[in-house]
Amino acid sequence: MMFKKVAIAAACVAAGMGALVASPAVQAQEQFVPLLVYRTGQFAPLGIPWADGKQDYLKLVNAKGGINGVKIKFEECETAYDTAKGVECYERLKNKDGGASGFDTQSTGITFAVTDKAPGDKVPVVTPGYGLSQSVDGKVFEWNFPLLGNYWTAADSIIQDILKKEKGSLKGKKIALVYHDSPYGKEPIPLLEKRAAKDGFELIKLPVTAPGVEQKSTWLQIRQNRPDYVLLWSAGVMTPTAVREAQATGYPREKMYAVWWGGSDHDVKDIGAGAKGYNTVTIHNTAESDKVHADVKAMLYDKGQGTAKDAKELGQLAHTRGMMIAMLQVEAIRTAQDKYGKGKSMTPEQVRWGLENLNMTQERLNELGFGKIIRPFKTSCENHLGADWARIATWDGSKFKVTSDWYQADKSMVDPLYKEFAEKYAKEKNVKARSCS
Amino acid sequence: MFYRENGQFKTSYAADQQIFGVAQDRWAIVLVLAFAFLAIPFIASDYTFQAILIPFVIMSLAALGLNILVGYCGQISLGTAAFMAVGAYAAYNLQARIEGMPLLVALIGGGLVAMVFGIFFGLPSLRIRGLYLAVATLAAQFFVDWLATRAAWVTNNSSSGSVSAKPLAIAGWAIDTPMEKYLLCLALLCVLGLAAKNLVRSSVGREWMAMRDMDVAAAVIGIRPTYAKLSAFAVSSFIVGVAGALWGFVHLGAWEPAAFSLDRSLQLLFMIIIGGLGSIVGSIFGAAFFVLLPLLLNQVPHWLGLPLSTATATYLEHMIFGALIVFFLIVEPHGLAKLWATARQKLRVWPFPH
Repeated sequence: MMFKKVAIAAACVAAGMGALVASPAVQAQEQFVPLLVYRTGQFAPLGIPWADGKQDYLKLVNAKGGINGVKIKFEECETAYDTAKGVECYERLKNKDGGASGFDTQSTGITFAVTDKAPGDKVPVVTPGYGLSQSVDGKVFEWNFPLLGNYWTAADSIIQDILKKEKGSLKGKKIALVYHDSPYGKEPIPLLEKRAAKDGFELIKLPVTAPGVEQKSTWLQIRQNRPDYVLLWSAGVMTPTAVREAQATGYPREKMYAVWWGGSDHDVKDIGAGAKGYNTVTIHNTAESDKVHADVKAMLYDKGQGTAKDAKELGQLAHTRGMMIAMLQVEAIRTAQDKYGKGKSMTPEQVRWGLENLNMTQERLNELGFGKIIRPFKTSCENHLGADWARIATWDGSKFKVTSDWYQADKSMVDPLYKEFAEKYAKEKNVKARSCS
Repeated sequence: MFYRENGQFKTSYAADQQIFGVAQDRWAIVLVLAFAFLAIPFIASDYTFQAILIPFVIMSLAALGLNILVGYCGQISLGTAAFMAVGAYAAYNLQARIEGMPLLVALIGGGLVAMVFGIFFGLPSLRIRGLYLAVATLAAQFFVDWLATRAAWVTNNSSSGSVSAKPLAIAGWAIDTPMEKYLLCLALLCVLGLAAKNLVRSSVGREWMAMRDMDVAAAVIGIRPTYAKLSAFAVSSFIVGVAGALWGFVHLGAWEPAAFSLDRSLQLLFMIIIGGLGSIVGSIFGAAFFVLLPLLLNQVPHWLGLPLSTATATYLEHMIFGALIVFFLIVEPHGLAKLWATARQKLRVWPFPH
């Protein structure tokens, strides 16, 4: 009996190994895209739709025939938002199948650790909307791409929206920053301090210990200080907790602004009408639905090939954001192919060139089905950000609706910060800034 | 047969006192070291170095430090990750603030600061013991978490509270390849492991064990509890501090306070319980169990070609890993080191068991 079981197990293993060895033998060109995700752990509510979005878009590209015929091969690796695990995933996948096309690490902590390793390994790190804010400076951060926005631009856009509401003056106002007590939560502080000095408001910093379920004392402080606005730098379970606490303490939800990671449908869906008026900044316009959603539904979900359990996830903020990030990576590969040969798989270094020379015109975006979500932008050697358009979306009790015009961060605010922090990093790490001429 | 000791006579005190008294053991250890230092650099890939061997070696070192405190001296500690964090942040500060600080001095300095910190948080052990002490050391964990996130000077005024190490180099030898990093960690593990092994064989080690087994009796026969307990805290936190500095500098490169969370403390405690309390080699077995097995479990469905989703594979990994911990503790409550000792004993009398 025992022997039989062992024999069956051995046969299974052998079959598995056989399949593994046989498969790469005859195959067309493939492009490998690693997917670092967190489907478990404290940030899973945000991580799951994000990861689904990334996979859905890559599947869509494959269903449409790949990038000039090159199919995308992807593999997920679970990080659970843990830096050490993320580093392991990075090491495991960086040289796989001709080299990783770039890592969207989904975590500020992992980005910090990987930023040190990427120049040596020659692998791009793509961090749209998060990561090191100063890595906008492509001269120092050759391998980092914080496309479309970072925490400084997010904070600046929020302040601009508040300024508009307050008719242009914040003198004597109080703004509280309730933040996740980690590098992620602390990123906007330098910009907000600068803004506070310029606009004359008082910045109250209220850290919340991870994972963020204990916020009673924080909201008591808010009740005591009565800030005019609350900025929320939260993620995962911290967001619904904060909204519930605001509800309990009677703080108006209309005066709360979350960064994009604190503005997922999951975060407020269960609170429903209680969260009405709650604002979030969206990186570009991720609350919008566009042609790409229809494509994904028709080509994947209707055929039962979607990644998420339910097609209802389509159109949610985090899911769209995932698709957008995957799209940027795919377009970088396509741009690289234009230079280095269409129909070939690109090396990580060639993809890096593609990321640095992205030119997303309105026509191209319309073609891709992102015309309403993204505005045209271009990256360059100096500027790894592209453009930092953002909008405010507001929860109407059942879904997020875009409620503001487009904002762009004030250059006189963010540019000196990029310079200062990039220089500091270069000095600490002995990085020689490259020339972009 | 394999472990026959017939004909191995000890004719001097030196021979009687050597660490590995049996020739087979000596050969085995020489072979293991030769393999680790000479063979592995040629056969291991970068992935193996960075994702498996380096964390394994550093965790072995941390477990070794904790084992001295818990396994040898019987002082339960839940603050190991805090001591690691102190080592890492101290080493970082030494490098950031003193121009031209050599890497080794910074690492050792990190260990020394952790040692002072460890002695300080070891003071309660003079009055309380067991679970009460465990809770007191938990305070160290919370204190360091708080300090690293609140006090700006700890992170050298980093705006995000995340710090990163400078490029590694020792006397002009730039340690930038994974293999060199591995060799650096391994060399430190060997030196500190040897020192620890000798310490636990010396009078200090016997004092620790006496405190562990029955502190009142030990005090009656003339062992000073203050000295014994605090020296255990000092040695333990020094080793743990060096391990923490290596974890930050070599393994992560850049880290945030969450890298040294309570989870890490618990993980280290489980490592030495599974590996074997009061055994140097047990610390290494425990680290191997905790670093290598989850990676292996995570990869098995992949190798078998099972179409599991990432989340399912992760939950499966946690479940199997948890079950294995329970299984090992039931089969051998004294840890993997005891299993090895039993195997060795069986080899000694093989093929004629008695």
